[in-house]
Amino acid sequence: MNDTSSIMAVDVDGQLREFRVLDEELLPPVNEFKRFWRVFFKRKVVLICFVVVLLFVFAAFFAKWVAPYDPNEADYYSVMTQPSSTHLLGTDTLGRDLLSRIIYGTQIALEVGLITVIISAAIGTVIGLVAGYATGAVQAIIMRITDAIMAIPSLILQLLISQVVGHGTFGVVVAISLTLFPGYIRLICGQVQSVKQNDYVQAERCMGASRSRIMFKHILPNCVSPLIVQMTMMMGVAILSEASLSFLGLGITPPTPAWGSMCYDGYQYLMTNPLLSIAPGLAIMLLVLSFNMVGDGLRDALDPRLRGSLN
Amino acid sequence: MGSYLIRRLLQAILVILVVSFLVFVLMRMLPGDPIEMLISSSMLTDYTPEMMDALRHEKGLDQPIGVQYLRWLGQMGRGDFGTSIMQNYNIRNEIKDRVVVTMMIGFAAWLIGLIVGVLLGIICAIRRGKLIDNIVSVLANIGLTAPSFWIAILLVYLFVMKLHVLPLYGYTLPWVDFGKSLKQSIMPILVTALGPIATTTRQTRSSVLEVLNEDYVRTAWSKGLNEKKVVMKHVLKNALMPIVTLQGTMLRMIIGGSVVVETIFVIPGMGSMLTKSMLSHDYPVVQAVTVIMTAVVVLSNLLVDILYAWIDPRIQYS
Repeated sequence: MNDTSSIMAVDVDGQLREFRVLDEELLPPVNEFKRFWRVFFKRKVVLICFVVVLLFVFAAFFAKWVAPYDPNEADYYSVMTQPSSTHLLGTDTLGRDLLSRIIYGTQIALEVGLITVIISAAIGTVIGLVAGYATGAVQAIIMRITDAIMAIPSLILQLLISQVVGHGTFGVVVAISLTLFPGYIRLICGQVQSVKQNDYVQAERCMGASRSRIMFKHILPNCVSPLIVQMTMMMGVAILSEASLSFLGLGITPPTPAWGSMCYDGYQYLMTNPLLSIAPGLAIMLLVLSFNMVGDGLRDALDPRLRGSLN
Repeated sequence: MGSYLIRRLLQAILVILVVSFLVFVLMRMLPGDPIEMLISSSMLTDYTPEMMDALRHEKGLDQPIGVQYLRWLGQMGRGDFGTSIMQNYNIRNEIKDRVVVTMMIGFAAWLIGLIVGVLLGIICAIRRGKLIDNIVSVLANIGLTAPSFWIAILLVYLFVMKLHVLPLYGYTLPWVDFGKSLKQSIMPILVTALGPIATTTRQTRSSVLEVLNEDYVRTAWSKGLNEKKVVMKHVLKNALMPIVTLQGTMLRMIIGGSVVVETIFVIPGMGSMLTKSMLSHDYPVVQAVTVIMTAVVVLSNLLVDILYAWIDPRIQYS
């Protein structure tokens, strides 16, 4: 047998017949990785937003070197200064450099976003797998509790939970994770219910595979794409929630440079120094917008239903 | 249809019960003893442990949690929301006043979101890829991603600090002083409506685009109907379905947003009542407000479902 041909089994009138075909006659193999990047970067907005996300990540990692000043260093000789060459965005009421605080705020935003997304995705995926695979009472109970949690306006539930757990990064992370995980349960549960009807899952079950094997080896890989898209979108939601909680004074509290609480602090001086509250808000919007657009791009590149239309 | 209605109603009641239980348990897990907070806030230092126990008994806080929950549930069922631990006001009366305020702003925001969102969505879909579509898409993205408090700050800076045309905070009911009420509610309504406008616009745009490709729309065009007739009679009717489903989410968005908006603009509604009572650990108030807000969301979702089943003949009630 030479290398340029292969055996193909073709269904002819209900019987399988083997044919020898030259490889050139088969469709060229699609490089999935290349195709992904091509579709992902097809829209310029997505590319720009991807770069913006990378820049924020860079700023967060290298804040020490990027930020011109220490974010908590008070300079009482230059309080509430307007933007100048020494302080690019001016200083706040304690003479702290606004730009440095915003750069360090990136750390908080990304940290809260990343941790909450990972925690909520992990919890939601496991419960979603169980709910989707189970039937009857178990599924009904899980889904009704999910409905209940999702019926409470998320900010209100976050306020309640952060009150119980306590303020600060930990409380905020727990509060946001607990409001986001039901979304994953719904997503995964729906996905599982459609995947488990497939023949290969039925076949595996007939061969006596254990439940966990079917769940993690066959069903979970089918959920990865929507999961990645959802997680990217939820980064934005989590960052926005943290900002709202911190703005209300019930999230991350000063002196930690969180964008939301910076907005609140600056709001009192809106008349004299509007940048103090407007600049951190702009940072929130830019980061959330970028994550959303990247999520959009990922959806285009990963959703099999959209592949044809964008190729 | 009858059994479908009953099943959905039972589901809704179940969800409200689960929520009430979750909230009740969460409130009991709060750090800090409300009785001690009450005593320290009223500056009474000569409270003996016996007096504290008596007070605890009077407020019903010395019973097992299950008993407390059932008793509270029974009271809620009779429309009695109890009294505030901290300030001793009747919660029901307080909520009655505040619910009107939140509803006035919320309803206006919902209506604006629906009308403006649908209109913008249709325009974008028909003029797909044109300048207006691009501009509106960018604005819709900003509306979805900008924190509402930040939009509020920008509006305050523009309309209060620079143009001096709107008041900074407060709220007056329209039937008390219409002009004043209008001026005071412009910014809160705008901030609340932004999310719904953006979401509705995007949803309308995509569902109209979907419908525009349908055969019956091509038939309508080929019959020689003008644009207005095609859009109003053939496209809109079919494209509106997903927008109806969206309205439940919109309400949840608006009610959640009221917390931030009412805090910024110092509006005496349900949202500010919640933050205030939360900061002072006023159990009964937080419980009542949260459960009422959630019940409104759940019942309106039920209404949306019923409406959807009623207008879409393809839905089966099995």
